[in-house]
Amino acid sequence: MTTTLTKPEDAAPPVRKSRKPRAARAGGHMHGGPIAYAILVLFSIGSLFPLVWTAIAASRDNNRLAQTPPPFWFGSNLFHNLDVAWTDANLGEAFVNTTFVAGVSALTIVFLSTIAGFAFAKLRFRGRGALMLLVIGTMMVPPQLSVIPLYMMVAKLDWTDQLQAVIFPSLVSAFGVFFMRQYLIQALPDELIEAARMDGASSWRVVWHIVFPAARPAMAVLGMLMFVQTWNDFLWPFLVLTQTGNPTVQVAVAGLGRGYTPDQSLIMAGALLGTLPLLLVFAIFGKQIVGGIMQGAVKG
Amino acid sequence: MSTRHDIAAPPTEGGAAPGRPAPATGPTEADRRRRARLSRRWQRDLRWSPYAFVSPFFVLFLAFGLFPLIYTGWASLHQVELTAPTDMTWVGLRNYTRIFDDEFFWNAAKNTLMIGIISTVPQLLMAMGIAHILNYKLRASTFYRVVMLAPYATSIAAASLVFVLLFGRDYGMINWALDQVGIGKVDWQNDHWASKVAVSSIIIWRWTGYNALIYLAAMQAIPQDLYESAALDGASRWQQFLHVTLPSLRPTILFTAVVSTIGASQVFGEPLLFDANKGASGGAEHQFQTLGLYLYEQGWVNQHLGRASAIAWTMFLILIVIGIVNYVISRRLRASS
Repeated sequence: MTTTLTKPEDAAPPVRKSRKPRAARAGGHMHGGPIAYAILVLFSIGSLFPLVWTAIAASRDNNRLAQTPPPFWFGSNLFHNLDVAWTDANLGEAFVNTTFVAGVSALTIVFLSTIAGFAFAKLRFRGRGALMLLVIGTMMVPPQLSVIPLYMMVAKLDWTDQLQAVIFPSLVSAFGVFFMRQYLIQALPDELIEAARMDGASSWRVVWHIVFPAARPAMAVLGMLMFVQTWNDFLWPFLVLTQTGNPTVQVAVAGLGRGYTPDQSLIMAGALLGTLPLLLVFAIFGKQIVGGIMQGAVKG
Repeated sequence: MSTRHDIAAPPTEGGAAPGRPAPATGPTEADRRRRARLSRRWQRDLRWSPYAFVSPFFVLFLAFGLFPLIYTGWASLHQVELTAPTDMTWVGLRNYTRIFDDEFFWNAAKNTLMIGIISTVPQLLMAMGIAHILNYKLRASTFYRVVMLAPYATSIAAASLVFVLLFGRDYGMINWALDQVGIGKVDWQNDHWASKVAVSSIIIWRWTGYNALIYLAAMQAIPQDLYESAALDGASRWQQFLHVTLPSLRPTILFTAVVSTIGASQVFGEPLLFDANKGASGGAEHQFQTLGLYLYEQGWVNQHLGRASAIAWTMFLILIVIGIVNYVISRRLRASS
């Protein structure tokens, strides 16, 4: 058993090993000059400015936001506004709801995508090519086009304002299957599977003891990407959940903007609260998420 | 546990499997039967487990992806009201003729196309430039990559609400800046062009960094010797970019263009929140109402789910056309390279 547990750990590094020199080589032919840095700094400011200004506006009051010039620095009202927005927009409940929805959805997608991705990457079966094409085709059809029948379903099942109405449709992720397949093709050596087979391991055993350990880095990244996606999902939760019923963060924040409270600084406080958890995740795991997006992109 | 492993070894590789008793020693009848049963189970496992692994995805896809999509087409041929979503009356193609006769449908289609172009083209060009710079040897390159993903982490709702304030006519930061440099104030909400630019800028802000990372990944996969031989031939940096980087990136560019086009055809949250008071109409004169918003207005404001289904199905057909065009282009690309 120890061999099957340690080998996948050895299996992961080759990917990283092959990435490192490649990155160094590709960047190696030219050093960035001052102009390159200047553009990057400008672009970074552009990326961060709206977020920083959200916090600035949230720290002011409505009167200050109705004056020119607009504020450029923080005021003293931040905690008061956060407090009021938290209560007014039902954000506490929204946070619990969204964490639950995004968590369940991300975990399920990661699990299902890993086993499906493994089958597509490493197992031979009739119809594999056609089914994989179907998965890729699915990625091209936006889920928004299906909202009407889904809405009818929800109405029929009486799921309005209930979280499962949001969870179930979010579980379909062709991207996840594709992502895990791409990763496992290179990260999981065939010999490892064969060796386990020789030892008489069943397919489930192979999945538990070889595929999951080998896929762990990619599973983590996919989980984060799916968490972000579900957390930020807007149209569907907006259709089936109401602000007073069982809102997700997006529904609650959008409700703030739609005349529920005309106070702009409160709206910004709500937007800030709704965004902060994800920014925190990105600040901590940014490197891994960047790596994951770039890894999923190659061959995309 | 170890005994079970030995017995369950695949019969096809039985000769090679170590530690199993040689047939010559004569296994008992019961032993042989047990082994045959296990090997049948083994075969079944090999044969069916791949399907077991992929089936959860496809079951979910059928239930929450394919079925609703097809059912949308069915519903588009019926009159269905939001108040009683399960009562359907057959009306044939009337929903389609109704929306094709509606000037707001064509307005929304035009707006979607324009917002799509204004948001996609600059976004991908900028992403390409940023990726090119990120591909240099840089200090703190990870920092820049993470920072430019911050907008991607921001939700449509939060981003739209901030941009509404930044684009405010009287007190917005952008008009203040324009005023300072002497251009004067722009009515970002009511002006037909300016409002489309403003809505597009939300999309550009959220997605440029993400696309830059995708281009960067593709650039890093380009073999270094291509650049070296181009440099030996005396190609300048710009020529290297034109003749080495761009051609190698063609599939990726096509991919991002398709994904962005699909995204652009679905734009909903940004215009909905850009004018909180008008909501689904997308501005006082529908100046930034997209097809997604028009669908929502027909289905959830006017409560005609059947008509909304016809809009959804029309959008789907448009996407199929885009898909076919994409397929043709990518085949040409492959044939030419």
